[in-house]
Amino acid sequence: MGILSKSLLIFPIVWGLLFSNSGYLSTHSSHFSPSDTSQVPSSFGFGRLATQAEIDRIDIDVRPDGKGLPQGKGVAAKGKLIFATKCVACHGAGGIGGPNGSLVHSQVEPTKKRAEKTIGNYWPYATTVFDYIRRAMPFNAPGSLTNDEVYHLTAYLLSANQIIDSSFVVTPATLPTIKMPAQPLFVPDDRKGGPVIK
Amino acid sequence: MKNKIIQLTQRDTKISRRKLLGGAATAAVAIVQTAEGKNVQAALTQAQLSDDDPTKKLGTFPGEIGTRSSFEKLVKDPSETSSRSPLQDFYGIITPSDLHFERHHGGVPVIDPTKHELLIHGMVSKPMIFKLADLKRFPSVSRIAFLECSGNFRSGKETLRPQEICGLTSQSEWTGVKLSTIFREVGIKPNATWFLAEGGDAAVMTRSIPVKKGLDDVIIAYAQNGEAIRPEQGYPIRLFVPGWEGNTNVKWLRRIELSDQPFMTREETSKYTEFVNGKVRQFSFDIDARSIITFPSYPQQVEKGWIEIRGIAWSGRGKVHKVEVSVDAGKSWQIANLQEPILDKAHTAFRYLWKWDGNATEIMSRVTDETGYTQPTLKQLVEARGESNGYHFNPITAWQIKPDGSVLFKPESFR
Ligand code: HEC
Repeated sequence: MGILSKSLLIFPIVWGLLFSNSGYLSTHSSHFSPSDTSQVPSSFGFGRLATQAEIDRIDIDVRPDGKGLPQGKGVAAKGKLIFATKCVACHGAGGIGGPNGSLVHSQVEPTKKRAEKTIGNYWPYATTVFDYIRRAMPFNAPGSLTNDEVYHLTAYLLSANQIIDSSFVVTPATLPTIKMPAQPLFVPDDRKGGPVIK
Repeated sequence: MKNKIIQLTQRDTKISRRKLLGGAATAAVAIVQTAEGKNVQAALTQAQLSDDDPTKKLGTFPGEIGTRSSFEKLVKDPSETSSRSPLQDFYGIITPSDLHFERHHGGVPVIDPTKHELLIHGMVSKPMIFKLADLKRFPSVSRIAFLECSGNFRSGKETLRPQEICGLTSQSEWTGVKLSTIFREVGIKPNATWFLAEGGDAAVMTRSIPVKKGLDDVIIAYAQNGEAIRPEQGYPIRLFVPGWEGNTNVKWLRRIELSDQPFMTREETSKYTEFVNGKVRQFSFDIDARSIITFPSYPQQVEKGWIEIRGIAWSGRGKVHKVEVSVDAGKSWQIANLQEPILDKAHTAFRYLWKWDGNATEIMSRVTDETGYTQPTLKQLVEARGESNGYHFNPITAWQIKPDGSVLFKPESFR
């Protein structure tokens, strides 16, 4: 087998994986000559290594297992005070009925088929409360809260939704242990195409 | 004349009578552009009107950028959280970039492309930072595909245009670097199964996406329809995730973190999940096949005789296989013509020539994609899901044709 036919054989395996596509793209990939592919390096060397400090500066996400939670702690009583100054205008007194939506579960309105989706009846993970408030709230001053303020607000909203009691101290260790009532409702999508309507 | 006529709003037919009465010789009312560039309404005389004859006046000279004809009034339909594409005003399959729908959660940020950085870290052998210029050095790809928000269905009244019903879908040619190329550069660990994509906007928007999709066809896009991505679309870089719900196509991309589990962010738990038979469906990424007739549609007016019914069809699972049109309220269906190119996960134009006899009827379209999925009726959807709304709602959309030629949306409801 000549060198040319060998690289032709390798082409679909290596580049098929990276550039595989249908329609528009595959017409393109059929124009690659074998020499295009044999010269692709294992690393292009573009970009630079990130330092740990650079990662820490913007790595703000929090996973359900608690990975990513910063040091700090919070209690509902303190969160209630912060909520009353920084959140109440948009989310209502006690987190109910504000112009930008309720955060606290209340009774189903008789005219509605179902209660408004809130942290109490719809959110499957408590860690998401911390993650979301820290990254995006208050809406008009995102990123302005300290980690402790976020812990306090998280404790307050979980307690107002009657998921934890008011003495519960939310910490990096305790937050991931909180079981959310809606969690068992969540199922991954199983639509697969084909004739079935799902 | 210093003022440039942009649009005639009303031609006065009673002009001769007014002349006889000795009143102002108003021949027409028009929107005119003043020498200062302001658009104002003005009354024009007959003399000024003929001044508008393009064969009697030298036109403008070549300019630095093109402009849309001032006779064309294409506008998006903005609300506080989104802005919808005027589907009824489009021809072909490419959405003009300035009319691409918008959906964002913290406004459009201003990002200096020379300062913007993309961090990739987590379960990788080399955590790395790429500037825009670095990303542009990698082998590039281009692809024409649609982008649709999964919350793209409105109903409830007859006076809705395609723009209001489902204007949260648009199509562009996206150019960038394949995410798989970047994954290879940083060396993702074999046990990395999900990655988090994070935006650099005020919402610092995040979504978890399976690595499998990332390796398959995801693009880090820096260009749209031949130029840098528009700010509303994620300038300078966004994720483009072909066929998947719009929200996963994270804009203003600043960070990607590889992980062995999803992050359960707010946008994949509290939002972009839907009740289905008492359960909450999560990670419903694929956009189900859908079509809509964009002509004739509300508020257009049709005349008896030949009408070319036109529309678009698309599927997040592959190519459009066929589009059928019904002109008798869904009793019978005929095959529509598909316009090439028929691309994978792309808006595809369809046409059906119809001779309208002037009687009241309903017209509608339904698409079947290459997986064999056929766009359902609203009734079928409600029966299958036990819900009458929610994300990923893609029902057949009907237009009522009235004997006077007016066209109205047909809002349906179940339960
Ligand atoms: C200026 C109005 C405003 C203020 C003040 C505000 N929010 Fe919000 N909040 C919003 C809006 C708007 C949204 C929806 C954003 C979106 O969907 O992208 C929201 C969403 C939320 C959500 C997610 C709700 C859900 O069900 O998904 C939480 C939690 C939240 N806010 C918490 C807070 C907290 C805590 C504060 C105070 C620190 C706060 N907000 C202050 C406007 C506000």
